[in-house]
Amino acid sequence: MATVTVPSPRLALPAFLKHQATRKLLLLALAAAILVPSANARWSSGTWPHALTVDLTEPLTSTSDWIVDNRDSHPLFLYFFGYVSNGVVLSVRAVYLLLLGAGWAGVTAAGALIAWRVAGARLALGTAAAFLACGLLGMWVPTMQTLALMVVAVLTSVVVGALLGLAGGLSERLDRALRPVLDTMQVLPAFAYLLPVVLVFGIGVPAAVLATVVYAAPPMARLTALGLRGADKEVLEAVESLGATARQRLLTARIPLARKELLLGLNQTIMMALGMAVIASVIGAGGLGDRVYQALASVDVGAALAAGIPIVLLAVVLDRVTAAAGHESDAPARWTAWAYAGAAAVAVALAGRLAGRLDWPGAWTVTIAAPVNEAVGWMTDHLYSGVPVVGGTADWAGHFTTWVLDPVRDGLQGLPWWAVLLLVAAIAWPIGTWRTALTAVLALAATGVLGVWEPSLDTLSQVLAAVAVTLVLGFATGIAAARNDRFERLLRPVLDVFQTLPQFVYLIPVVALFGVGRAPAVAAAVVYALPAVVRITAQGLRQVDPAAMESARSLGATGTQQLRQVQLPLARPALLLAVNQGVVLVLAVVIIGGLVGGGALGYDAVFGLAQGDLATGLVAGAAIVCLGLMLDRVTQPTERRAKKGA
Amino acid sequence: MRVRMTTTAMVGALVLLTGCGAADMTKQASPFANAQGAKTLTLSVQSWVGAQANVAVAQYLLEHKLGYRVDTVQVDEIPAWDALSQGRVDAILEDWGHPDQEKRYVDDKKTIARGGDLGVTGHIGWYVPTYLVERHPDITDWKNLDRYASLFRTAESGGKGQLMDGSPSYVTNDKALVENLKLDYQVVFAGSEAAQITQIRQFAKEKKPFLTYWYAPQWLFKKVPMTEVKLPAYKEGCDADPAKVACGYPHTPLQKYLNADFAKDGGKAAAFLKKFRWTTEDQNEVSLMIADQKLTPEQAAKKWVDSHASTWKAWLS
Repeated sequence: MATVTVPSPRLALPAFLKHQATRKLLLLALAAAILVPSANARWSSGTWPHALTVDLTEPLTSTSDWIVDNRDSHPLFLYFFGYVSNGVVLSVRAVYLLLLGAGWAGVTAAGALIAWRVAGARLALGTAAAFLACGLLGMWVPTMQTLALMVVAVLTSVVVGALLGLAGGLSERLDRALRPVLDTMQVLPAFAYLLPVVLVFGIGVPAAVLATVVYAAPPMARLTALGLRGADKEVLEAVESLGATARQRLLTARIPLARKELLLGLNQTIMMALGMAVIASVIGAGGLGDRVYQALASVDVGAALAAGIPIVLLAVVLDRVTAAAGHESDAPARWTAWAYAGAAAVAVALAGRLAGRLDWPGAWTVTIAAPVNEAVGWMTDHLYSGVPVVGGTADWAGHFTTWVLDPVRDGLQGLPWWAVLLLVAAIAWPIGTWRTALTAVLALAATGVLGVWEPSLDTLSQVLAAVAVTLVLGFATGIAAARNDRFERLLRPVLDVFQTLPQFVYLIPVVALFGVGRAPAVAAAVVYALPAVVRITAQGLRQVDPAAMESARSLGATGTQQLRQVQLPLARPALLLAVNQGVVLVLAVVIIGGLVGGGALGYDAVFGLAQGDLATGLVAGAAIVCLGLMLDRVTQPTERRAKKGA
Repeated sequence: MRVRMTTTAMVGALVLLTGCGAADMTKQASPFANAQGAKTLTLSVQSWVGAQANVAVAQYLLEHKLGYRVDTVQVDEIPAWDALSQGRVDAILEDWGHPDQEKRYVDDKKTIARGGDLGVTGHIGWYVPTYLVERHPDITDWKNLDRYASLFRTAESGGKGQLMDGSPSYVTNDKALVENLKLDYQVVFAGSEAAQITQIRQFAKEKKPFLTYWYAPQWLFKKVPMTEVKLPAYKEGCDADPAKVACGYPHTPLQKYLNADFAKDGGKAAAFLKKFRWTTEDQNEVSLMIADQKLTPEQAAKKWVDSHASTWKAWLS
């Protein structure tokens, strides 16, 4: 087997790996043999010992009270947070007024022309169609509100991310310091830190924008740093030999060379920000997210979908356009064409204005709510129970809860606390280094220290069950997609929709199918995490070296043999990445599952937000972050030896 | 050096832009307010449909009779109080009683003003479907609940009976109640009203037994008739200590609250919202149109406004 092109050298040496893994496990066993008896003797209870918890209720409650009492008078708020808050409000307002002033015709024309210049005629048509669809669904004004919010949030994220990335790209030491911070920011489920932001900035747009920036800036920072480091050494040397100063080198060589990564960073940041648009509606961000959230309250899936579709459309259009900008060869910018495009957009906007057609005409709307609700109603009527032979979805949910979720949860909660920690170490160490194992163990231990050991394990059991289901379905679909082009083409738009559709839209159908409880939370998480797993799997399998495939075929291997013995082993890094992404995405939704009866940490986070209870909410949020860190480390094979500087 | 100067310039510009001196966080409206020169106000909507009905009708009248532009924001109850005090929203039209918040914002800080009765009285309780009461007439007393616990068992209730609670934002003592009344039940939180309603309707479709935290006025009673389970009677102060509660819930006349500045300078809109007062039947009529017939809140409000002129004319005078 020729494995020259495989990036990780470890794959070629399974025997060595095994040997090393055994050594690590033996060491771990030794450490356990020494530590466990003494720990067990001091704190004999099976669950997390009370002596090792820290109760944060008192300080957190008094902090929260202090903030509320001093928010109107303390200089910190008057001269710092107040300005930040005002700045956000003013910029969002400026963009919003600009969009409203351009009118629907002007905005559509401008969008289409930008897409045309950046990505060609086909995407221009697509962009125009997407904007018109937002209007047709009766969502023009909310779409503009969301767009205004997104523009400000994305610009801020890009600036913050690029500055962090610049620092990391230019200084090795800063990069090392930044990496764990960015890791944490990315693993943090957004729900967990809405509460502190709200407390400081209050409900509404400023809090929403700032929460979005925290969520969306890391990819920009990471990719900027990556791009700056990856710049071609020879070009840099050539520039240096011309006598350029450090700043000139940065501006004329390193940044232009990193263009592709920078644009990919922009693309990722936009996608993350849009994902946040709906979650931010929980703290009063307004716009499309708020419409989805309000529709949820009256159990109206159709109306939620009508507000969810524009989000999907915006996401798809922005994704394709920014991705195209990244692929475009470095042709010199033709300013005249841009000028014509700009003039055309202004002309359309003025024409719309003169015709008195600024607002989207009320008569031009299509309501999709009724048919959608009927379809959902039919589905739940016929699938919920009493389906011959296979049983209804409610029965499945019940079985899944009693046969899978309950045993896993009871098993985890029944194990002595040190055994759970050992288990985590035993999984994390062989995959990674002693550092990753230590981080994972400490992160899980932190949930115990915070006093939420039991609910954390409950949430963990839901995550494990959901990840298992996601991986089984995702790998199967991904393999099918990698082996069949037509299937993959058909699958692509479906994956797009499910990856960008706000989770709130499908929470209700999921409850209607699976009842209230942990099962629907798991189902919603699977729906959300599946597309990423399918995509990464399919891509990984397709990228397997054709030469290896060819040689396997020439040796007479059957299709299954090729898959099992060549493709899957060679795609191992991609599959591991799929597992990692699956875990992180599942965790993000299991929290939202608190809204459909998932209980545990998710419920506590929602409760904290709803009751303004910082003690409950923040502790749950912190525990979620710890779980995320632990799961990330356990599933992330260390790449430090394989590639440097990424 | 240049970088530092640009930063200073940017901060300076921000200061100029926001008006010199202190930035008052109590005076920050939504960036979407007052766009295009229209008079705008922002109403907070809570997640239950009754609250949506109030806002829909108020919004319709404000827009069509008084010429305002109305923004609505969905916020949970406690954060809504906070938003109201900061001027992010101008009014809450239906409050179920939050003594802590009242003391903090209305009495101490005076950033929120009372807006009077909504005219609707709210009541929280435990409910079972009426078809179940027909089968077991004595199920409506809490003392008999334990005998029926097995009827209410689900995958989530761990061998006990399931008492379904709803959104984490709602006022509830149910966990303490189950414990203090020594009932063989497990409180399962649906996590949102939407999930709770969906589950209740699924149960009702199959005439399955269920026991749920619920409240009146609520449109769902028209679709799924439910009967209240008698809990130990409420007496003033019996719910003072959350850990020791062993009584049912009070009847609460629902209240309106306005941002203090808005109440003073809000002109016609503030005057209108203070006079807004209707009955439980009115509210349910609109709620049912929104939640069950799936009319948009605006269509529902229009229908109600068209047929109840005498009621709302009084609010405008």
